[in-house]
Order: sequence, then C-alpha cells, then structure tokens
Amino acid sequence: MMDATINIKEAFEKTEGVAENLAAFRNENWKVFSGLGLPALKHEEWRYTKIKNLFNNGMVIDTEGSAVDKNFVNQFILPGVASANSIIFVNGRFRNDLSTISSSKDILVVKSLEEASGDEDAAFVSLHLGHSQKYHADGINALNAAFAAGGVYIKVNKGKAVGQPIIIYSISDSSDGFRLSLPRILVNVEEAAQVEIIQTYINHGGGQSLTNEVTEICVARDAIMHYIKLQNEGPKSSHTGTTHIRQLGKSLTHAVTITLDGEIVRNNLNMVMEAEYCESNMYGLYLIKGNTLADNHTIVDNMVPNCLSNELYKGIMDESATGVFNGKIFVRQDAQKTNAYQSNKNILLGNKSSANTKPQLEIFADDVKCSHGCTIGKLDKDALFYLKARGISAENAQALLLHAFAIDILNQIKNKEIRTYVESLISERLSFSI
Amino acid sequence: MLKIVNLQARIEEKEILKGINLEIKPGEVHAIMGPNGSGKSTLASVLAGREDYEVTGGSVNFLGKDLLELSPEDRAKEGLFLAFQYPVEIPGVSTTNFIKTAVNEKRKYQGLEPLDAAQFLKIMKEKMKLVEIDQSLLSRSLNEGFSGGEKKRNEIFQMAMLEPKLAILDETDSGLDIDALRIVANGVNQLRSKDKAFLVVTHYQRLLDYIVPDFVHVLYNGRIVRSGTKELALELEEKGYDFIKAEVEKELA
Ligand SMILES: Nc1ncnc2c1ncn2[C@@H]1O[C@H](COP(=O)(O)OP(=O)(O)OP(=O)(O)O)[C@@H](O)[C@H]1O
Ligand SMILES: [Mg+2]
Repeated sequence: MMDATINIKEAFEKTEGVAENLAAFRNENWKVFSGLGLPALKHEEWRYTKIKNLFNNGMVIDTEGSAVDKNFVNQFILPGVASANSIIFVNGRFRNDLSTISSSKDILVVKSLEEASGDEDAAFVSLHLGHSQKYHADGINALNAAFAAGGVYIKVNKGKAVGQPIIIYSISDSSDGFRLSLPRILVNVEEAAQVEIIQTYINHGGGQSLTNEVTEICVARDAIMHYIKLQNEGPKSSHTGTTHIRQLGKSLTHAVTITLDGEIVRNNLNMVMEAEYCESNMYGLYLIKGNTLADNHTIVDNMVPNCLSNELYKGIMDESATGVFNGKIFVRQDAQKTNAYQSNKNILLGNKSSANTKPQLEIFADDVKCSHGCTIGKLDKDALFYLKARGISAENAQALLLHAFAIDILNQIKNKEIRTYVESLISERLSFSI
Repeated sequence: MLKIVNLQARIEEKEILKGINLEIKPGEVHAIMGPNGSGKSTLASVLAGREDYEVTGGSVNFLGKDLLELSPEDRAKEGLFLAFQYPVEIPGVSTTNFIKTAVNEKRKYQGLEPLDAAQFLKIMKEKMKLVEIDQSLLSRSLNEGFSGGEKKRNEIFQMAMLEPKLAILDETDSGLDIDALRIVANGVNQLRSKDKAFLVVTHYQRLLDYIVPDFVHVLYNGRIVRSGTKELALELEEKGYDFIKAEVEKELA
C-alpha cells in the first residue's frame, strides 16, 4: 500500500464496526482496493486522467458526519427547485437529517444504504450493489465501495410517478484540507415508475476536493428514468464518478451530463441493456477552460436484441482545457437488431486546448445498425465572417456560434427549471445574451 | 460615398484584383457584370472585409473613412452591407435572434438605445412584408435547409432591417424564380433613396429591368474594362463577353 493512502486506511479502520449489514461488502472491497491500488497512467482506461497524482496524505475523510445544519445546506439549493426532493450528502456521507423529501412515502422511499441492506430491500441491495464493478474493476471503484455504508438507497415505488425531481447534492467542505468525499447511491426504479434524478456537486471552503462517487440505478419494466449530472464546482475540485444504469425490463432512460468546471473530472456512464426494446439516450456537454480536464467514458452494453441507443457528446475547450471522450458500444452475439448511434463533436478555442476522442465498437452480432462519428475543429470561419459582416462583434459572433453548438444538448434537459439554470450558467460563461 | 482607387488583392499568392477604380455617389445604382471567375465576388468580399484576401495595393474611402482599416463589423456598422452570393447556413441560430443582435449592436455603435421586444417586432413585421418573407422561416435556424430563393430573400430582409448606406448585392438574382426576382427588386427599389447607394453584381440583364442602374461596369480578369450606362448591359446580353475579351486582348497586345 502506497503512502498516499495511509490516511484513507485510517479512515477505513475508524469506520470499522459501524456498519453491520454492509460489513462484508466493505471488507471485500477494501481488500480489492488494497490489492489494485489507484489506477496509474499506464492503465488503459486512465491514460489521459492522472487521478493517482491527486492523492496525498493530507486528504481529509469524514468518518462520523460533519457538524453542519440546514442553513448551511440551504445556500446550495439550486434556483427554482425549492420544492424538489433534496437528498443531501456532506463530505461523502448521506445525511437523512439534512435531506428534504417532499414526495409521499408511498411514492418515494429514501433511507440509508446500511438500513436498506437489513430490511425488506435487503435482497435488492445484495443483488445490485456493486454491479458497476463488472465494468470498472479498478481501485477507484473499489475505494468508493469500501465506504458504501455512508450511502443512500432510493426507491420509486411500482407504478408511481415522482412529481418533483430528486436532486442529490454532494457538498464537500474543503476548509480543513483536501477533502475526499465518497458518496454512494443505489436507486431502485420499480416497474412502470417515472422519475427524474439530478446530481450536482458543491465544493465549499476554497480548498481542494475530490469526489469519488458511484451511482447505481436499476430501471424495471415500463419505467422512465431521466438523469442529469451537473458539474460546476470550481478549478480546485476533482471528480471521478460512475453512473451505472441497468435496464432490467423494457424501459426508457435519458441521461444528460453537463461539465462546466473542475480540475480533473472523470465521468463514467454505463447503460446496460438487459431487456429487449430498451431505449437509452446519452447526451453530454463539456464547456471548459483554464486547466480543466473533462474525461467522459461511456459504455452501452447491448446484451439482448432490439435495443436502441442514441449518444451525442459535445465539447468546447478554451484556454488550456482538455476534453476526452471514449465511447464504447458492445453488441453481444445475441443482440441482433441493435440500433446504436454515437457522435462526439469538439471545438477547440484555446491555443493550448486539446481534445481526444475515441469510439470503441465491439460488435459480435451481424444484423445491427451502428454508427459513430467524431470531429475536432475550430469555429467555422465562414459563419464567423457572415455574422461579423452584419455588424456583430467578433466576441458576440463567437458566443452566438458556441451557444448554437451547445443548444442541442441543453434542449435535452427536460426539467425546465434546471434547463433555465444551466442556460444562465452557459450564457454567463460565454458572456452571451440576446 | 465610396471611392476605390487602384485596388489590388490576392489570395494564396494568386492575384485576383489587379487595379480596380470605381466611384459611387449617394443615390446611385451601379451594376457590375463580367464572366465567371473575373473577381466580382472577390471585390465584394474585400470591401466587406473578409480576412482571407490580402490587399496588396490601392485604397478605398467610404464616407470619409479608410475602409480597409476597419474591421468587418465596423464596416457594417458604418453602413456597408453585403448580400452574399452564397449565404452561410448556421444551425442553432435563428434569423430573428441573429438580426436582433445585429440591429442592436449597430444602434449601440450609433449611441442609440437597444430596441425593446415590441419595437423590434414592429419593425420586423414591416420589413417582412416588404420582402414577403414568412415568420416561420425567420424562427428557423439561419439559412439551414432554406431553398436557394429563400436564402436570397433572407439576405434582402436583413438588408432592410439594417438600412445600410451602401448595399452590395452579389448575384442576389441568381436562382430566383420570376416572382422572387420581382420581390427582391421591389425590396431594393423601396430602399432606394438619394442618400443610399447600391452595387449590384449580376449576370443577367433581366434584373436590371427591375433595378435600373445608373452605371454598368464590366469586370474582366481583375480589372474594370468597360463602363457605361444601362445600354451596355443590353449589348452584353446580345453579344456575350467575347467581343469585350477580344478588345481587351487587342489593347494589351
Ligand atoms: N480561396 C481561394 N483560393 C484560390 N483561388 C480563389 C479563392 N477564392 C477565389 N479564387 C479565385 O479567384 C477568382 C475570382 O473569383 P470570384 O469568386 O471573385 O469570381 P466571380 O467573378 O465572382 O465569379 P462568379 O461569376 O462565378 O461568381 C477565381 O478564379 C477563383 O477561382
Ligand atoms: Mg461571384
């Protein structure tokens, strides 16, 4: 075990005995983490993302729950969604006391993962918790899993539509040093249920932070699940997160990932299609500047026939920012009549900005429709000239074109309040308003 | 209003304009004709400020200012307008939003308050009527999927909105059906006034029946080789460019 994780070990040992139901899961994953260590650059999946370098002995990990109150939390609530279901994590730990569940109990159940693994939901938890490891068998995933006892379990009951979105806030307090937060989320969307889940992150305190998160979502037959991940923490905040979505029955999922700021940001998004006639949509926008690195790795796993997936990720890199996109599409031998579409488009604005894009299709069935395409370029010169020739300043012409580039991703955000908010962030970033 | 003296320009080492002289006074309409590849669009682009072209000699004075010193956007704000031969398609930007940005930037330059939504809408409605353009077209992405004629009409609509002092129309008549041609010409004629001028690039005498020019010039091989009145256009229509080419070759020999 390397020195840089000594304090993580201490934290793990401190939380020993706190969890009963999840003790085995914890220990097992601690062993995996100890064995694998942190992924180095030579790890193929992490070659652009120097996550190991972030780890150091000064990292602060919360082992018993930070002393903050609702007033502290209220300052981070997104505009226009005050009546939503707010699930609060502070320093990587689920805080029931600070969360606000506005939907009724017969629609939405929210409790700690430790509790859920000891009651009527225990069978579900033991079946699905940790499934993402099949796709990400690395130390980063195992590290999160070793601290899963601080996580949350969310269930949307059969046939129910959650009227208000579920917004999961992960707040990291970095005022005492480099904060390491390890949030864990397991969601059970039952048959014919409908829900909108939004995840967002806050680094409070002005220091450095790393949020290493795993969110696992199971979507049952006839359910509809909309998902938004919104990242705008600041240049000292890093993130490694996996959103792992299993479509267990014919269902519809729709995910939008928006990355506007951060130091090193790595998002894994998996769509595992385990039932016929599933549909998945995956959209992403990374609009970054400074030295931000945004790395989106996506996986669509077609295990059965007749599924459809659409994927469109767009990146705008200013200054010295780096965008990475890796899109895997697996079509297993049985998965005939798969339709899978993927596209990644990048605009480089800064002289030192860069983009790396790699589609990775592994197709073992013969009757499938798959397409992929990627572009890396600058803004269209002819379009810029056309706008300037009408008297629009160079800055506004650029902003107008970038806004136009970003708009098809923004339009995928179905929640109106969140869309308005994200639009305002983007307009502000582009100094653009019409 | 516009005085071009011995203007020379090239692109990627290739000389295209080889000494253009042209003076346009307020209220005048000038037509430029000439064979394909002679440099008409190049002249229009250089005047509008496209950076791809390098001006290697000569001068252009526009309303007392050195035009070549101004950025493309300042040229536009000073009252120059280019209707593009090939209008660019810009996905995601609606004509309405785009033209509103343009109008308000120009007003700001002139020290005027921006138009509010209601004022803008009122002016837009007037100009739409002028060029018989439909609202649904203007709410779509700029020129994206527009037919050739719709793109040209959109150019004239933008011209009407921006009320330039000098408008350069680069083959705005190409690809228009008879009705669209009449509409575009009407649009131009209604904007004609004693302090506005037009430079109309065209291949067809037909347009000049509607927009009657004060002067007609022939651009050939980077130079204006003939200038005359509207009768020159009729002569070209009848005889083609060969007689002019022959005359030019003879003069050079
Ligand atoms: N980017 C470029 N690179 C090289 N040559 C160019 C470029 N743009 C224009 N030219 C050349 O410059 C010459 C003049 O072109 P221009 O478009 O000005 O002609 P035009 O008179 O407008 O022709 P048309 O009647 O066909 O519209 C042509 O020979 C053309 O090929
Ligand atoms: Mg031309």
